[in-house]
Amino acid sequence: MTAAAPAPTPTPTPSPTSSLLASDAYRRLPRWSTWAFASGSLVVAFLVLLVAGGGLPGVAGVVALGAALFVLSSGVTSRVVEGPRRAADRLATTLVTGAFLLALIPLVSLLLLVVTRGAGAFSWTFLTTDMLGIFGDMSEGGIQHAIVGTLLITAAAAAISVPVGLLTAIYLVEYGRGPLARGITFLVDVMTGIPSIVAGLFAFALFTLLLGPAFRAGIMGAVALALLMTPVVIRSVEEMLRLVPNELREAAYALGVPKWLTIIKVVLRTAVAGIVTGVMLSVARVIGETAPLLLTVGMVTRVNWDLFDGRMATLPVFAYRQYESGGAGIDRAWAAALTLILIVMILNLVARLISRWFAPRGAR
Amino acid sequence: MPVTTTPPRGVPDPAPSRADAGAAVRAASTGRVASRVFAGLSTGAGLLILVTLAAVAAFLLIRAWPALSASPEELETVSWFTGGSVAEYVAPLVFGTLLASVLALLLAVPVSIGIALFISHYAPRRLAQGLGYLIDLLAAIPSVVYGLWGALWLIGQLDPVFTWLSSTLGFVPLVADYQAPAKNIMSASVVLAVMILPIITAVSREVFLQTPRLHEEASLALGATRWEMVRQAVLPFGRSGVISASMLGLGRALGETMAVLMVISPGFLFSFFLLRPGQHQTIAANIASKFPESSGLGVSVLIATGLALFVITFVVNLAARWIIARRAEYSGAN
Repeated sequence: MTAAAPAPTPTPTPSPTSSLLASDAYRRLPRWSTWAFASGSLVVAFLVLLVAGGGLPGVAGVVALGAALFVLSSGVTSRVVEGPRRAADRLATTLVTGAFLLALIPLVSLLLLVVTRGAGAFSWTFLTTDMLGIFGDMSEGGIQHAIVGTLLITAAAAAISVPVGLLTAIYLVEYGRGPLARGITFLVDVMTGIPSIVAGLFAFALFTLLLGPAFRAGIMGAVALALLMTPVVIRSVEEMLRLVPNELREAAYALGVPKWLTIIKVVLRTAVAGIVTGVMLSVARVIGETAPLLLTVGMVTRVNWDLFDGRMATLPVFAYRQYESGGAGIDRAWAAALTLILIVMILNLVARLISRWFAPRGAR
Repeated sequence: MPVTTTPPRGVPDPAPSRADAGAAVRAASTGRVASRVFAGLSTGAGLLILVTLAAVAAFLLIRAWPALSASPEELETVSWFTGGSVAEYVAPLVFGTLLASVLALLLAVPVSIGIALFISHYAPRRLAQGLGYLIDLLAAIPSVVYGLWGALWLIGQLDPVFTWLSSTLGFVPLVADYQAPAKNIMSASVVLAVMILPIITAVSREVFLQTPRLHEEASLALGATRWEMVRQAVLPFGRSGVISASMLGLGRALGETMAVLMVISPGFLFSFFLLRPGQHQTIAANIASKFPESSGLGVSVLIATGLALFVITFVVNLAARWIIARRAEYSGAN
């Protein structure tokens, strides 16, 4: 609530004419008043709850009551001293900053929870064993089969969606003109909004219609994920290709290089870092998808290396199933969630590092 | 630069300009198989997108058809089926889906606008980008982890809040009759709200940052406070952007499965008791919970409900994109 107070205020800095400063129109609360009100409100809230509740109050209660007291006390003081306009300004600053701090609560609590609860069952053995012969209250077992499944299915999804996405982006940037290109751009946007469960149903309908109702294989999940991943790849690659300056293309044409070679050797090569980053971010986005995999590839207890035959275990579905089974499963669910978040964060981090290290110089 | 290492090859084509790219394609591909193949490949990939989207609708329709055309007696054979037809079965699910998503939107939009304003106009310039990344992190967390978080932590935290709400404001039917544990639609909406925060924030932030600097400075120069400047210059400029961002968020919330599946205790009622468990269910969560144990006609019924979800999200996304596209034309931002 207080972080925005010391920020440079865009209100006009008063000129050194001190007589004007002393007049009522310019009477302002000092800078430190925000901090004073904030800490004062927290202390009062703590004391009130201590007296009223008869015991040490919880952090959430103190912060909530303190925030309310802060809004009230600083608002009233500011209205009396500075007038209604500045009071409204202060209130807005408090609310805007409060909205940001509010959003940090889920982020911080979620990450803390996953790390603390997940660390319990998380170990090297957990990563390298599967669930074969684990039942009831046994606390052994691991996620090797789920890691293998997740990596295989995501790799297959990337193998489908990266070429299609890359070529579509090239079409949109280098070739596409007229209504067809506009239509494709629009539909790619709409495709971004397909619910993941609908993608799962589509893959299920496609494969069961073509290969019989009992068909189950990792490739079904891969197709579903590819459907979700392709529009993301197209968008990010398109953005990167548009950053490549036209001078490079024109220089290549002037040297007599045909268009397709210009695209491969000049445009793509200049944008390669951005493209790799975009692809990794889109992989990070689909690797945690649960619903489509729940419908299509299901769950098994041991490693399945064959993408084209039989059900496969995946990390998100594993976490869900273990949560459902309860008991020792909850710990395994948290540990699987921790593994999943680690994979996603590593992908994100590496993607950002690649884009920073290999950013094309002079691209803008 | 790669361009200097590229040797000139073959017949020098007349150097085409960007503005004349269509002619360039024709010129480059006249004598060259490779050029034509490459152009064909990339155009084909573009067309594949159209075909895929059509295929999604077509395959869902084909697989849903047995359920759509089945008689009530046939539908009775599906053990969990309620109502006389697919339409009657899906109606409470559509209601639950819309209710959960709209609640999530009501919770998320004000907070998102606040965060977007904080990052674009309130936070110190040097910190702003890092804070933006922090919010984007929320988008990177897998939905099943949100489900775990909601079901095993958030419900416990919301319990005292709901108890207090229900006891003090119990005369309002919306929040009456709270029953622990908090496996109700309100908890699910809170999780959904957290999940759609990043996308609404990201789009709104971009729009707010595009506010013409001169508008802001003119407002400040007339003596406006920061909040008055935001109200006079930033919010009017960003209004349509915020609307379309909200609709994108709505599209996300409509299709979200795991958070609802893991948090809510399902029911098939048209009920406005937001704090009671066993009242609502969403289409996506219903599919995920019933699908693994279904076969034959049951699968068709579920796919039919999935088709309904597809149509709803398609329309919402279409509307959002249409608003964005319309805005891009007159805003002068690009």
